[in-house]
Amino acid sequence: MSKKSASVWTSIRFWRRSAAWVTGTATVLLIWLTFNTMGQISMGSDEDLAKGIKKRIPAASVINYHIDYVMDDKRGHEVPVIGEKEPFFGKEWSNEEAAALLHHGKLTVQAKNCMDCHTLLGNGAYFAPDLTKAWLDPKWNDGTMTGITGKESKEEAMAEFLMHPSQYPTHARMMPNLGITKDEAIAVVAFLKHMSAIDTNGFPRNFSQNAKRLAGGTHAH
Amino acid sequence: MLTSAHLKYESQKLAMNYFRVALVLFGAQLLMGLIAAIQFLYPGFLFELFDFNVARMVHINALVVWMLYAMIGSVYYMIPDETGEEAVAIGLGKLAFWVLTAAVTVVVLVYIFIQVGPGNESTIWFINEGREYIEAPRWADIGIVVVVLIFYWNVFATFMKGKKTGIMTVMVADLFALAGLYLCGMFFTDNISMDQYWWWWVIHLWVEATWEVFVGSLAAYGLIKILGAKREIVEMWLWIEVLMLFGSGILGLGHHYFWIGTPEYWWEIGALFSALEPVPLVAMFVHVLYDWGKEQGHCEAGQTGHAVNNTPAMGWIALNAFGNFLGAGIWGFFHTLPQVNIYTHGTQFTAAHGHLAFFGAYATILIGMMYLGVQGSYGIKKMTMTFKSKMAIVLVTFGVLGMTVALTIAGYEQVLVERADLGGGWDAYFVAQELPWMLQAQAWRLVMGLVTFIGFVYLAWDLLTIGAVESAEEKSEAVAAAAA
Repeated sequence: MSKKSASVWTSIRFWRRSAAWVTGTATVLLIWLTFNTMGQISMGSDEDLAKGIKKRIPAASVINYHIDYVMDDKRGHEVPVIGEKEPFFGKEWSNEEAAALLHHGKLTVQAKNCMDCHTLLGNGAYFAPDLTKAWLDPKWNDGTMTGITGKESKEEAMAEFLMHPSQYPTHARMMPNLGITKDEAIAVVAFLKHMSAIDTNGFPRNFSQNAKRLAGGTHAH
Repeated sequence: MLTSAHLKYESQKLAMNYFRVALVLFGAQLLMGLIAAIQFLYPGFLFELFDFNVARMVHINALVVWMLYAMIGSVYYMIPDETGEEAVAIGLGKLAFWVLTAAVTVVVLVYIFIQVGPGNESTIWFINEGREYIEAPRWADIGIVVVVLIFYWNVFATFMKGKKTGIMTVMVADLFALAGLYLCGMFFTDNISMDQYWWWWVIHLWVEATWEVFVGSLAAYGLIKILGAKREIVEMWLWIEVLMLFGSGILGLGHHYFWIGTPEYWWEIGALFSALEPVPLVAMFVHVLYDWGKEQGHCEAGQTGHAVNNTPAMGWIALNAFGNFLGAGIWGFFHTLPQVNIYTHGTQFTAAHGHLAFFGAYATILIGMMYLGVQGSYGIKKMTMTFKSKMAIVLVTFGVLGMTVALTIAGYEQVLVERADLGGGWDAYFVAQELPWMLQAQAWRLVMGLVTFIGFVYLAWDLLTIGAVESAEEKSEAVAAAAA
């Protein structure tokens, strides 16, 4: 700008420089925050779980443990609590097996395009229930779905439902048959169990308050 | 839209090709939206044949892709005007257009006929990636990157060769960021939180940062073109908008990091910066109306009649000023604070905001650019609205507003019943979905979707015919004037 401006407020040069500085500063801050967040959301290890060290995203082998979602008075919202060992599909999975299962489960969830009906961590479509804490949903714990599918455990009931969803209609709006195989179904259940152990800062709020109120206890057993 | 006879530059002719495909994809987007809307009311509709996830995937992908087509078209259209040069690698640009269009066709056909695949890498490579908005399989991802690089080379090299206006400077910098961000969405990870973290770098940083700046540049270009607005004033506004859009939009990313496993400090960062996001939208609103009023005032004072030489384009750009502020600003702010968002996240509120924001902020201005393209193609000096232009603008706007209000009511009911009272489990979800408030709202959404579609038919019809009709009128008037 060769022309001299009467006031800084009408100077293009001033606004151009300000735009560059603000954009640059915001970008640098975002990159710095990203480094911090990456550290906090990288997956924990098998040893962390064994020692009871809390990670926001636990290792895949969290599928070998009981998971609950309870009110934390200090944080003021519900948090995942990882409890005692609990067999998953009747066995304990090694760290490698659990990681492979989670990998297969996440691939299947993407390959079947689950996110264009359901929400995961609240993101996706709103045509079907949120799956963030699906593993802890009372529907799988109160005997409804084990009863309908005739399975012993909730993981078996979930896998059976995923393989033949339209055979077990729960509402007029049904899940279609997506050709999910037995292996894929087990892997998806592992993915859902792992996701339920992610610390989502209290989302969904008061998860399944209704079931708690009706049954007179906490929802996840 | 069917001719490019009066365009001097190949770059602008190529732009018209992009606009034509964008219009086809826009129609496809609306048809898929109608199918999805019907499925909310009649769950058996096309069940296990063409399920909601497929309709919805094509609906949102067609949206993103038609907007990218119209954006690329807009840039190719403005390059010669702004730089005074033909795009440097125009042959390559044309080739890229046909490659992209062939690839998009294949991807859509695979979405529609193959739909989903087995749970392994082959599906991610060849069918779909199952990641909302960026479902394109990996082969297409790589192809898109190549095509975008060719496009960007054309923009950048032409900019370096020709005049360096403020508008082009902003455009070149913005497109660099826009293209680069796509790379953040091109990898697979087992960690869903990590996946979502980077996914938002594409989705939010596109839509709420780079696309908004892009729209600012287009508005600036459009105002100079349509009104003859003074470049100095327009460009000063543009820099102010860039400052505020990037200043709020980049860290506004935080409002997507409340509940995906990311640390709690994002609550404060997200709340603060996303609360600032409506501010630049007010500035864009003021900017457009200010220039319009100023130029019109000059014309009336000089008794030279109307300042606007393309009323359909100006109509859509003025609508953009309102729509962006209302849809992105107000409807976004509704549920952006974490205290509210913990109940509204992932409900019909989001859908309401999404519909009005994409329409108000992007669809409007891109349609305005298409009218500018038609004007240039037919060499029309003063283009005015036809009956069809008016029907298009009224019906599409009324339809989208209607859908937004209906979805807002649905979201309100869902938040109260499913989230606040029942706590968001499986049963809570279906209780809220089956209540009359939800069903009535979904019915109204479908009705308003049909209104939007009828408006689109008028729009397409108008874009295809207005040029020939008005250029013929201008010619006969000129003949009559010469004879007299």
